[in-house]
Amino acid sequence: MAGLRAVLWRELLFFRRRWWTITASSMVAPLLYMVAFGWGLGKTVSLGGVAYLDFIVPGVVALSTMNVSFNAVATPLSIARLYDHTFEEYMVAPITVYSFTAAKILAGAARGLYAAAIIICLALLFGARFNVDLRFLLLLSLNCLVFSSLGFLAALKVRSHPDMTRFNNFLITPMIFVCGTFFSVERVPFPMDWVIKLLPLTPASQGLRAAALGWDLPWTAPLLQLAYLAVFVSWGLKTCLEVE
Amino acid sequence: MIILENVTKYYHQTASVQGLSLHVKQGEFFGLLGPNGAGKTTTIRMLTALTMPAGGKIQVCGYPVSRNNTRFKNDIGVVPQHLNLEPELTVVENLRLHAMLYDMTRQETKRRVGELLDFTGLEEKADALVNTLSGGMKRKVLIARALMHNPKVLFLDEPTVGLDVFSRRKVWDLIRSLNVRGITIMLTTHYLEEAENLCSRIGLLKKGKLIMDGTPGELKQLAGHVVVEQFKDERTELRLFPSQQEALKFAEQLQDSCSIRQATLEDVFVKLTGERENA
Ligand SMILES: Nc1ncnc2c1ncn2[C@@H]1O[C@H](COP(=O)(O)OP(=O)(O)OP(=O)(O)O)[C@@H](O)[C@H]1O
Ligand SMILES: [Mg+2]
Repeated sequence: MAGLRAVLWRELLFFRRRWWTITASSMVAPLLYMVAFGWGLGKTVSLGGVAYLDFIVPGVVALSTMNVSFNAVATPLSIARLYDHTFEEYMVAPITVYSFTAAKILAGAARGLYAAAIIICLALLFGARFNVDLRFLLLLSLNCLVFSSLGFLAALKVRSHPDMTRFNNFLITPMIFVCGTFFSVERVPFPMDWVIKLLPLTPASQGLRAAALGWDLPWTAPLLQLAYLAVFVSWGLKTCLEVE
Repeated sequence: MIILENVTKYYHQTASVQGLSLHVKQGEFFGLLGPNGAGKTTTIRMLTALTMPAGGKIQVCGYPVSRNNTRFKNDIGVVPQHLNLEPELTVVENLRLHAMLYDMTRQETKRRVGELLDFTGLEEKADALVNTLSGGMKRKVLIARALMHNPKVLFLDEPTVGLDVFSRRKVWDLIRSLNVRGITIMLTTHYLEEAENLCSRIGLLKKGKLIMDGTPGELKQLAGHVVVEQFKDERTELRLFPSQQEALKFAEQLQDSCSIRQATLEDVFVKLTGERENA
């Protein structure tokens, strides 16, 4: 428990110190998406019977929380491990690997939720219409946890900073565009639609959209997220027990 | 307190530590010496669960060393070879974070922070970000942090690198007084006079193997008490002798210029760890 408290205290200290940069930078990308796709296409195009702006807002929430949660853990933790060596201070301390892992993942997820709150406010300013209900919040939280735990795993696996850039280029950035964030996966031909449906961001973008627009929620979405979460967390823990 | 039995560690198929066996008793001040790359840091990293050995047994404070074993970790303090402070936190925040990780009470934390700031003379820098400090100041914070929770065993990997002579002496006094109070210490250093001054026992590592182990006096006994330094072909050759007479006898039959003096630990070190290269 001491470990959890200590690591969270340190994260909070960093957040307070960089509050403005963090807030501003979580606004940039979502703003651009909403300007380009929302203003540009929003009122004229409709998809699945809804205005395009309303269609993409849940997608933008999904991809932004993925990006923020992932990088909020992956970037500082990989630096702490490879450059500042502060990771060693935690590994030498009498805290369990479990509390360290839990604290890092929870802190990363909290950063994702903070970004989500900002985006929801922005979307309202743009005049988008959507519901935020309990299902929405559940899927959102799961998405943040999935990607902060992936960030945790990635930070412990990479050997250098360029490795982390590659991880972003080949995995995170493609998911921003292909996981049904800006279009409906139903339009993708077989078998690509199945590949996309199995990627970890897709349940969030589809589930959040269903919740936001009052459609039927695909029950597979939270299950897939839970499965990814279980894999990333247990793999991350295993790695943390032996990594240098 | 510290037990290593037949410990081996490989990096990319080459052994950094080979069949290392070592017992350090409670209250001992043990110095681990050896040239660059001898395996000193690797040994300390294995003792503090930062890296896992390929084989052998390691125990600290009676507990097997493993990363998830929080019991022995409460009792150890580590000053690593490289700086690992949080650069974007202040000096006091670094110390407080450490206190939280070791589950110290608020009062205890406050008291220790005060004491250690006083000892390191860093009161003025208490609220400065660590990345604005000089190298030596950072090292002092590193030492202060390792002492925050009053460890029973201290691992110091080149703790006085980059410290000015006054600070170095102050650190010596401090760790010596800790040792007098019963704290077991394992220290690595490249300053032989530091080892000679402080350590009750010294182990010489070479290429991952312990080649000699004893008190500073014993090491000199083994290698010789008197040195003849011979200047030959622009190189200095060292020869150690057990007595003055033998040294003189050898010196008389030399053509080159030479000097005779009492052996220091450094001579012993040079002789023992350099043997193969010079042969
Ligand atoms: N992370 C690593 N990856 C690969 N090889 C390593 C690693 N760490 C250490 N080594 C190798 O292990 C050997 C022992 O290194 P170690 O750092 O223990 O030496 P040392 O005695 O502390 O030296 P120094 O006096 O220079 O600090 C060296 O040959 C080094 O190249
Ligand atoms: Mg070293």
